[in-house]
Amino acid sequence: MNSAVRELTYSQAIQEAMAIALESDPRVFLMGEDIGVYGGAFQVTGDLVERFGSDRVIDMPISELGGAGLAVGAAMTGMRPIFEFQFSDFATLAMEQIVNQAAKMRFMLGGEVSVPLVMRFPAGSGTGAAAQHSQSLEAWLAHVPGLKVIQPATPHDAKGLLLAAVQDPDPVMIFEHKLLYKVKGPVPEGHYTVPIGKAEIRRMGRDATIVATSIMVQKSLKAAEILQTEGIDVEIVDLRTIRPIDRETVINSVKKTTRLLCVYEAVKTLGIGAEISAMVAESEAFDYLDAPIMRLGGADSPIPYNPELEKSVVPQVPDIVAGIRNLVQGRR
Amino acid sequence: MKNESKSKAKSEPANVPFAFRAYSPEQLRDVLRKMYLIRRFEEGAEDSYTRGLIHGTMHLSIGQEASALGICMPLKSDDQITSTHRGHGHCIAKGAQVDRMFAEFFGKTTGYCKGRGGSMHIADVSQGNLGANGIVAGGIPIAVGAALSAKMQKNGKVVICFFGDGANNEGAFHESLNMASIWKLPVVFVCENNGYGMSTSTARSTAVANIADRAAGYSMPGVIVDGNNFSAVAEASSAAIERARRGEGPTLIESKTYRHRGHSKSDRNRYRTKEEIDEWKELRDPIALFESELRQFGILNDAGIEEVRASVEKEIADAIQFAKDSPMPNTGAALDYVYTELPQ
Repeated sequence: MNSAVRELTYSQAIQEAMAIALESDPRVFLMGEDIGVYGGAFQVTGDLVERFGSDRVIDMPISELGGAGLAVGAAMTGMRPIFEFQFSDFATLAMEQIVNQAAKMRFMLGGEVSVPLVMRFPAGSGTGAAAQHSQSLEAWLAHVPGLKVIQPATPHDAKGLLLAAVQDPDPVMIFEHKLLYKVKGPVPEGHYTVPIGKAEIRRMGRDATIVATSIMVQKSLKAAEILQTEGIDVEIVDLRTIRPIDRETVINSVKKTTRLLCVYEAVKTLGIGAEISAMVAESEAFDYLDAPIMRLGGADSPIPYNPELEKSVVPQVPDIVAGIRNLVQGRR
Repeated sequence: MKNESKSKAKSEPANVPFAFRAYSPEQLRDVLRKMYLIRRFEEGAEDSYTRGLIHGTMHLSIGQEASALGICMPLKSDDQITSTHRGHGHCIAKGAQVDRMFAEFFGKTTGYCKGRGGSMHIADVSQGNLGANGIVAGGIPIAVGAALSAKMQKNGKVVICFFGDGANNEGAFHESLNMASIWKLPVVFVCENNGYGMSTSTARSTAVANIADRAAGYSMPGVIVDGNNFSAVAEASSAAIERARRGEGPTLIESKTYRHRGHSKSDRNRYRTKEEIDEWKELRDPIALFESELRQFGILNDAGIEEVRASVEKEIADAIQFAKDSPMPNTGAALDYVYTELPQ
């Protein structure tokens, strides 16, 4: 591997992945609202329309349900669409096609077709866009067998997971946190993939495990630095894929540290943290636990507009620090 | 001009319907065979359901056979269709084999979907049938996506998008027809209007008198056709398919027809009268109408028609036997096909 590693933002990394996919595979095309000359609502597609033309970077009408269905139909018939939702909240308009069609088509037809479809969802709060443009709905889709659901937390993974998703024969849903778009990180040049279904240990530690997703990985890393000064050594598992979950990495980490905190931005109730908690409780790691499994997630509330209120309904760094302190207090 | 129409009239008399000018006697005989095949398949499925051999439910298209065949007749074998919950006829018209269809209904591994789909998801991808669909209007955007594929791949394929009158009030209908039109995609929208979305008549559910009227809202031709007249349907379909293949964009065909049976197996027919049903059965049955035309234009006599019927009886009996004799899936294989199995 002689490819150079540069610092790119998360959104540049995604754009580079899409450019590589468009260059290397004539079946790949992009479709979404205002992804052409506008460059996408978050400028992720940028100038791709100038490089690849409007036949492959397709601006569609504001028709999420129909557009999603077009992508399903195209995927079933030999193409590899990458479909951009302008906001992940708008998945609600397209759920029929995602849940009833994309996820089930291969199964219903006894394996006679596949749906190699990639959907990208700019998600999460922190932009002041209020309740209908700030949600984290990944658990909705992760509840549906037939879909794969990923949440890259770094520019490196955003590129590598997207390129893995484009190669995948099944529908892959990518949730991109909007506040990550401008985060920089090392990204290799050229084509590489990050495997779907594999978590990554971002920080090794002995005292407690944090299983985090998306932007909560970054917040957990900051929390871990603070906790380190207090002598608490935290291991951070970046889940990366929430369907299928990398069971082995999570369980091995908990067996080692004996404590687990799940941290995610989506509404805590009935979310991914509940699944991880139950998975660990049902596993051999249960016998290793020195404290109850804990979760930090979004409040049971829509995302408010006011910036202070907005911050208050999703986990912040001090919440994570406090959560881990409480977890380890029993031993210390 | 005068001479031209005269010479045309000589070779193609104006009173001869389109199908009898466009298709050979062998092709027309095969159309009749497939009409019987659809009807006898559905009667066989209904009978098997009553006997407890098939579970779940099914939506029969008995009375709509001319529509399925007329639409599919001008298609090439690699053209594609999307179908509906009332899709057995479309499947047979597009070239599926009834033995594998029965096997699917019986939940057997030899079925088109290996017993995973059943009646509501019947498909034969090898013949270009991308599948029936359990969601009203669910197949409409998928058809447009397949047409987008065809245009991007420049493979010359045309996609037929079947749906019922109920689907024309779904949002997916609006979004899909609009996109197909702005991008001039090679798709033909076929609304089989059988008068009722489950129990609700189109008069009660739909603001326009004819669903084809809605085509104006998408700047595409809207064509109304007698869905029980094979030739009329084939003529409309042929024109729309040619237009699509020329790259001129979609057409909306409204094929007005009637289902003799209820919506599904739970239907008690409380929303329509016996007189109405009997009138469609006795005076407007698509198979009886086609048979009389075959006799009228000298394609088949009574004996020839009887021969076609007998061959279908045997095909249906053999197909049901094949389904009965086929193996059940292993229950341990319930998770197969949820995801693509990747080579290790």
